Amino acid sequence: MTQAFRIENGGLINKDRKLSFKFNGKTYLGYEGDTLASALLANGVHLVGRSFKYHRPRGFFGAGVDEPYAMVQLYRNGETEPNIKATEQELFEGLEAKSVNCWPSVNFDIGAINNFLKIFLPAGFYYKTFMWPKSFWYRIYEPFIRKAAGLGVASTKHDKERYEHKYEYCDLLIAGSGPSGLASAYAAAKNGAKVILAEDKPRFGGSLLTSDVNIGNQSGKDWAEGIIAELKTMPNVVVKNRSQIFGYYDHNMLVMSEKVSDHLPATKKYHPNKRLWYIRAKEVLISSGSIERPIVFGNNDTPGVMLSSAAKEYLKVYGVLVGKKPLVFTNNDSGYETAIEFKKHGVDPIVLDTRKKPESEIIDEAKNLGIKIKNSYVVVAAQGYKKVKSADIASISEDKKQLGEIENLKCDCICVSGFWTPTIHLASQSGNKTKFKEEIDAFVPGQSKQNEVTLGAANGVFSLDETLKTSFKAGSDLSKKITENDNEVAIPNVVEKKSSQHDKFWCVPLPKGKNYKRFLDFQNDVAVSDVEIALREGYRSIEHVKRYTTLGMATDQGKTSNLNGLQLVSEIENKVVPAVGHTTFRPPYTPVSIGAIVGREVGKHSKPTRKSPMHEWHEKNNSVFVDAGVWLRPRYYKKGNENLFEASKREAKNVRTNVGVCDVTTLGKIDVKGPDAAELLNRVYTNAWLKLPVGKARYGVMLREDGIVMDDGTTTRISENHYHMTTTTAQAANVLSHLEYYLQLVWPELNVNVVSTTEQWAGAAIAGPKSRDLLQKLFPNSDVSNEGLPFMGYMEGDLFGVKARIFRISFSGELAYEVNVESDYGNFMWEKIIEVGEEFNIQPYGTEALSTLRIEMGHVAGSELDGRTIPFDNALEGLVSKKKDFIGKRSLERSAFIAEDRQRIVGVVPLDKQTSIPEGSHLVKDDKAPLPNPKLGHISASCWSVEYDNPFSLAILKDGKNMIGQKLFAMSPLKNKVIPVEIVSSHYVDPKGERVRS
Amino acid sequence: MLYINCPHCGMRSQNEFSYGGDASVKRPELNKEVSDQEWDNFVYNRKSLRGKHLELWQHISGCRQWIKVERDTGTHEIFRTFKADEEVA
Ligand SMILES: [Zn+2]
Repeated sequence: MTQAFRIENGGLINKDRKLSFKFNGKTYLGYEGDTLASALLANGVHLVGRSFKYHRPRGFFGAGVDEPYAMVQLYRNGETEPNIKATEQELFEGLEAKSVNCWPSVNFDIGAINNFLKIFLPAGFYYKTFMWPKSFWYRIYEPFIRKAAGLGVASTKHDKERYEHKYEYCDLLIAGSGPSGLASAYAAAKNGAKVILAEDKPRFGGSLLTSDVNIGNQSGKDWAEGIIAELKTMPNVVVKNRSQIFGYYDHNMLVMSEKVSDHLPATKKYHPNKRLWYIRAKEVLISSGSIERPIVFGNNDTPGVMLSSAAKEYLKVYGVLVGKKPLVFTNNDSGYETAIEFKKHGVDPIVLDTRKKPESEIIDEAKNLGIKIKNSYVVVAAQGYKKVKSADIASISEDKKQLGEIENLKCDCICVSGFWTPTIHLASQSGNKTKFKEEIDAFVPGQSKQNEVTLGAANGVFSLDETLKTSFKAGSDLSKKITENDNEVAIPNVVEKKSSQHDKFWCVPLPKGKNYKRFLDFQNDVAVSDVEIALREGYRSIEHVKRYTTLGMATDQGKTSNLNGLQLVSEIENKVVPAVGHTTFRPPYTPVSIGAIVGREVGKHSKPTRKSPMHEWHEKNNSVFVDAGVWLRPRYYKKGNENLFEASKREAKNVRTNVGVCDVTTLGKIDVKGPDAAELLNRVYTNAWLKLPVGKARYGVMLREDGIVMDDGTTTRISENHYHMTTTTAQAANVLSHLEYYLQLVWPELNVNVVSTTEQWAGAAIAGPKSRDLLQKLFPNSDVSNEGLPFMGYMEGDLFGVKARIFRISFSGELAYEVNVESDYGNFMWEKIIEVGEEFNIQPYGTEALSTLRIEMGHVAGSELDGRTIPFDNALEGLVSKKKDFIGKRSLERSAFIAEDRQRIVGVVPLDKQTSIPEGSHLVKDDKAPLPNPKLGHISASCWSVEYDNPFSLAILKDGKNMIGQKLFAMSPLKNKVIPVEIVSSHYVDPKGERVRS
Repeated sequence: MLYINCPHCGMRSQNEFSYGGDASVKRPELNKEVSDQEWDNFVYNRKSLRGKHLELWQHISGCRQWIKVERDTGTHEIFRTFKADEEVA
């Protein structure tokens, strides 16, 4: 329970507040302000997981976003989340975490036998080994890989957390709050620009929190705090910590994930867990800093080997010693900064510098403090399995090829610095063509593609003085362009130590007779030997090497491995690094919770729900609803213990014998107005429209230009220049766009306006032999006789004081009417119909009965007008005008569309008159034919005919015209059914259409 | 996400628009003899080019106007936008 590695004084944590947490079942203590990583290290815990492929013990390598190993399964407030980086997870009271990727436990991992038995899984292993025998994949390989490898486990429970999306616009978006981010934000803010400054860590300041510098006579950290405090008071500035900009998309749109609640034991009421910001910025300043590179040596993945900058951060920010006998292995001056910090806290480090005779202020300081330095020395290999116990070290020749005699040096951690890699991900995502900068052995942004500027270390500038100068200027210049203010900001003087040139050395050669694994990619276990194999096997392009070896493909996207991988390929291929080129960076820069991406659009919120004005009545009357696009429609009204089949049969039968009422509000409605309205309809529909009189409706079919039926519906001429068009529920939006397309782009000379009126009208279809009697009682002052309101007639009426539109149209094939009133009166209309209809035995009917009625009448709907059929296929060729031109007409001349044996709608009845035919079944001639059995057609819709009391289906059948009377088989392999059937006319009931005209 | 300058409404995000294909396609006039080849070109044949492309978009969640957008299909750069009846020079 002691925090043996916590120093007495120092660190930015709050030592007044102790926090208790659990890791792998054991309880530890940390402080407020710790990360899970720093708290574990304070307790001397270095073993956190197992590697992906070989299950080698893994510890902490970094202290933040660059961490390749230390991923845990996190438990918080009854929920669990996999693959959380311990270096990013802030500690809270009661936090629980477990190692991922180790089975059965982190200390004894069965998968690690792979390692001991030397069954090393080399590059391309998965491609080569698991290919054969094929039958082994499901039974043996996949279950084994799934169990032994893989990362954490996603929760299968519903996520209780809430996630928000936010859209924001700003003048300058600044990614990163290190010196360059602060300076540019400050200058831009002073010019009155709208600034968003984003920092992924909880603390602002970036490298200023750990570097030993002076800005304007204050420590770097104090200067940063002062700037942030001032920015927070400015109304034109948004300052966000715990916020990672992870994606740079088109037209300067960036996306940022803000962790609102992850640092708390539970999300506060009304707060989201995370907030995803979509930010459209006029200018983007990328001040994302740089990440230290490792030097590659033997067993460099052993717990206790970590970046020297991480060791310094643990010490300066968290007050934690990562070891008490540290070895610093460096090729540049950064390692000395870490060594100096150790020394200041009473720990004696040893520095191995690959350089022969480096000289600088920092090195002088280290020497003055009495730090032991060995020049031209390297770590050959780390020793120790679950933790570094010692290091094999040796001197190295000037050409870096020959190692001297190997000595063993006791140590408990190895802090590595191989110089710095600018974080260019965002610039690269923006489309910036990056370039290789020889002096720093790394890529930096080149020509900007979008409005982005990269500053400071991210741009390969490592001097603080230069960084501040260029960043103040950039912030000032860019904001001036936007706000036209020019408020001067004094640039503070900087005191920093000069460093000397780093050594272009990145990989320690293998000593004779040793075969140490030297890792490049720590998360995916890609070693030097794997890349060598890939190249030997002929992979040349860096993109291919990446995929074959999985180098840089882990969740850390190769933040610490990419450049060393490139160095290796360039060395073997004898090319320079820029010629090898780096792989493409893609968003997200760091993993983003799926929940944050989905936001509030889950469950019922995944799409809008539209309800008719009569919805509450349906609910009260035991309606079972069905989704019809975004609408909720009654499928049937349940009486007693009825099921769907029984209820819909009852409802349909009642329409055929008495009268039924159906809510048809969902039908698309479009007002078409203007002197050229008839001309538009005439061009849009396949039939003739110029002579339709006022007060009459007509059924119409519209095609796409390729001749395929797009939609059908009735359109009524309300007055001289006013038509009321109806569409199917599903196509309403498409039809409106279609009309707008032709009116705006193709025939702008037509004087017509179209507007959707779907929501303005509530509709009720009244259908059945007694519908006229009912209608007469609803509209006692109107003449609704067959002469007064003939089939396809239209009139306006007075429904107990409410203005109504009455259409004599029928989908059910019965004598039927549709009554429309303004939506607000919808419920009134519905209740009146039910009330007055009682004496005629009225019953409401849902979509299921509606389908039954239309199917047995052979009326087509969405299942026939499925985007693959022409008018002929639906027996609608009678509606196709030969005299006039219309949209899609020319396509109907295509040879396939006029073929003699063209598919056509037919009726299908099972021979036994008992077995319902599953929709989607194929019609075939011979049920015993070898597969693939030639398909003649398919069942588009099925029902139980209430007229004949047997199953009936519609089908689209090849040469359907000549197939009436034929016997075929309906086969449904999905339902495992083979049903002998007879082909009949699609007009199963009332083929002459007498009822609708009665 | 693209940022499109609707000539009627101003700068709007892509999610307010729907894509409508090549704006240079001209529908053959009604009631005119059209060869199979001409009709095929109108209905089916489109260039899938990389580079500057004049295309149609509808501001579907805005003014509902169809507009023409001159866009680079490779880089997504938008050069100019036009009203439906504006001539593109
Ligand atoms: Zn608009």
